[in-house]
Amino acid sequence: MSEITQKTYMLNMGPQHPAMHGVVRLILELRGETIVDAEAEIGYLHRAFEKHAENETWNNVVPWTDRLNYVSPLINNVGYAMAVEKLAGIEVPERGQYIRVIACEISRITDHLTCIGASSMELGAFTVFLYMIKAREYLYQLVDHLTGARITTAFTRVGGVKGDLPPDFAEKFHAIAKEVRTAVAESGALLTRNRIFMDRMEGTGVISKEDAIAYGITGPFLRSTGVPYDVRRAHPYGIYGKLDFEIPVGTTGDNYDRYLCRMAEIEQSLRLVEQCLEQIPAGKHSLEPKEIKYAYEIQDAGKHGDTALLAKYAAKVDQTLAGMSKDDQPNTRVLDRKITLPAKETTYGNIEGLMNHFELVMWSWGVRIPPSETYFAVEGGNGELGFDIVSDGGDGPYRVRCRPPCLFPMAALKKLLVGGQIADIIPTFGSVNMIAGELDR
Amino acid sequence: MPLENDTVPAGVMTTQLDAALGWARKYSIFQYPFVTACCGMEYMSTAASHYDMDRFGAGFPRFSPRQADVLMVVGTISHKIAPVLRRIYDQMAEPKWVVAFGVCTCTGGFYNNYSTVQGIDTIIPVDLYIPGCPPRPETVIQGLTLLQEKIEKTKGQFR
Amino acid sequence: MSDPLRGERREAPASSNHDELSKLKAEGYNMLVDMTAVDYLPQGKKPRFDVIYRLMKLDAATGSDMGRIELHCAVDELPVLKSVKDLYPNADWLEREVWDMFGVKFTDRPGIKRLLMYEEFSGHALRKDYPIAKRQPLIGPKSGDKAGSPSFNILHPTITGE
Repeated sequence: MSEITQKTYMLNMGPQHPAMHGVVRLILELRGETIVDAEAEIGYLHRAFEKHAENETWNNVVPWTDRLNYVSPLINNVGYAMAVEKLAGIEVPERGQYIRVIACEISRITDHLTCIGASSMELGAFTVFLYMIKAREYLYQLVDHLTGARITTAFTRVGGVKGDLPPDFAEKFHAIAKEVRTAVAESGALLTRNRIFMDRMEGTGVISKEDAIAYGITGPFLRSTGVPYDVRRAHPYGIYGKLDFEIPVGTTGDNYDRYLCRMAEIEQSLRLVEQCLEQIPAGKHSLEPKEIKYAYEIQDAGKHGDTALLAKYAAKVDQTLAGMSKDDQPNTRVLDRKITLPAKETTYGNIEGLMNHFELVMWSWGVRIPPSETYFAVEGGNGELGFDIVSDGGDGPYRVRCRPPCLFPMAALKKLLVGGQIADIIPTFGSVNMIAGELDR
Repeated sequence: MPLENDTVPAGVMTTQLDAALGWARKYSIFQYPFVTACCGMEYMSTAASHYDMDRFGAGFPRFSPRQADVLMVVGTISHKIAPVLRRIYDQMAEPKWVVAFGVCTCTGGFYNNYSTVQGIDTIIPVDLYIPGCPPRPETVIQGLTLLQEKIEKTKGQFR
Repeated sequence: MSDPLRGERREAPASSNHDELSKLKAEGYNMLVDMTAVDYLPQGKKPRFDVIYRLMKLDAATGSDMGRIELHCAVDELPVLKSVKDLYPNADWLEREVWDMFGVKFTDRPGIKRLLMYEEFSGHALRKDYPIAKRQPLIGPKSGDKAGSPSFNILHPTITGE
């Protein structure tokens, strides 16, 4: 009988997946069902974020950062804004910092909900997907109420946030937190002790502590191996030092631990927002009660030259300009003429305000940051999201580098997949939570 | 007598058949979601229980181009993935429609750079443009109803 | 020194990047957090690129950051940098990205592949002299006709470079 030779089979899990993960190509070498070698090819969503950031002004880069990790856009906004403020030495008022933390944690919840929902759907648990997306929908409506947009919010500015919390934010949040907790509890009941789920997730995609550190992996991935590294704890930024939260840590570094870490982190993020809403310093306040006039009336009076009495009026502006009145600004933005747009009453009411507004908005004028270089990291949904910003004193950044936290688990994919079977790719890839916007920038 | 007066007015059987086919096709859309970027999040929201595409008949994504009839291109298309998109479009069987979901697929969005296709209609013919960055689910549903009207009116000839 | 996220800033000549990094790894810097480059062409600096390695000492038991350091290597177009992927495995992809975006070559990686752009792309995108809107599409009608018109040529690779 002739020799039976064994050859390996090359399988291409092409750039277009049925799974909702986005565009990544996996080239697998298989022997039967076992994976002998794996290689990932990325770059299918390269949208030149870093190049665009060089061609925009400091505040204009914020919408581009939204689209980096698009499941937790507010974290990217905050990370970039804080990096620029570190460069310029700007200190944001306390209420503005609390609002940023609230926005970050809500974004983190949506990130984990989407990750768990999408990866459970791929394992066949379609119900969990619907529950998670329902919870996420409530959060999107809350974000819409806060910022004006559901996903791509562009909420932060250099020196603060766009606007103050709406008056009924706290009640809305508490109602939604109950819904989110219910959805997470129901999904947990369906998945956590489920035989099929545990069989597929336990023992697959295992990575050791040393390997994870060697590959530069951070975030829930690293925490599932047992290393309790969280940028919010290691380098507290904003007001995280005043808040109390736990860091869920796994033991074995497999997919099941990552799932449990993420579920626990949702609960921690909800706790963080609740603490923020208790501790947040007072919001809109008036030293004396102001009469409200429509903005065009203030404008007309200003143009006429009747500016003497304008100081006692508060402008009622269009809702897209909400957050720009004198009441909103003292607490949410740093009140530096060279950085923050003036309040609408000033812009419409006197010529200095108008000129200030124009100078901040015109190209080649605007916000200026002294020439230097810095690195700042926040805890993103996937790990340490770092921004390395170089300024040359111009009206925009000279170079913005975004350190994508999900690039490193993708680089380690070979270690995660080799030796396993094809069916293990799905839960592993789902728990990597690869977001192509961040991976390819 | 001239022949035209004798014959049945212009193809009443074929117009009835077209109407029936149009009605059947528009309420059973098998979409192929070519999801790349942030618009995918709004696509998930539209497909999930709150906004529910399923009540329009469009709820069942077919993950093979051979079995799908509407190619929904969701999210930015870069030049690296453009040949893949073209191949998938070619693999779909007639009748097929293409939806450009999100402004990146309509015109390139604000990504006017070296790696983004400035509108997928430079590569494949598009039937419906849904602008927005990302479009709200209500916009998507309005687009779907417009697509349904278009599908209904498509007669026997296909590209 | 006072900045915990950046740590100490060190400079090293580009030809000894591997030695410096192995020394740092021996000192306990076990994670390569990031590696990137900055192009200083408009400022006229020679050498043109500044390659930055960011390292961190992570204590695996307590998860605390024991110290960070950043190493700057100024390099030109000539390949003098040695690859450090034997020290830190994630440097493989990070170096591919630096090659792809800046064109910084590594002496012991002759067959280095691009990471983010397609192989047929000519040029290095993040260099300051690469215009942002210069496209080199892989497919598409050369004349700019809309798809569906009779002259549209399917899957005809065009590298127009305009």
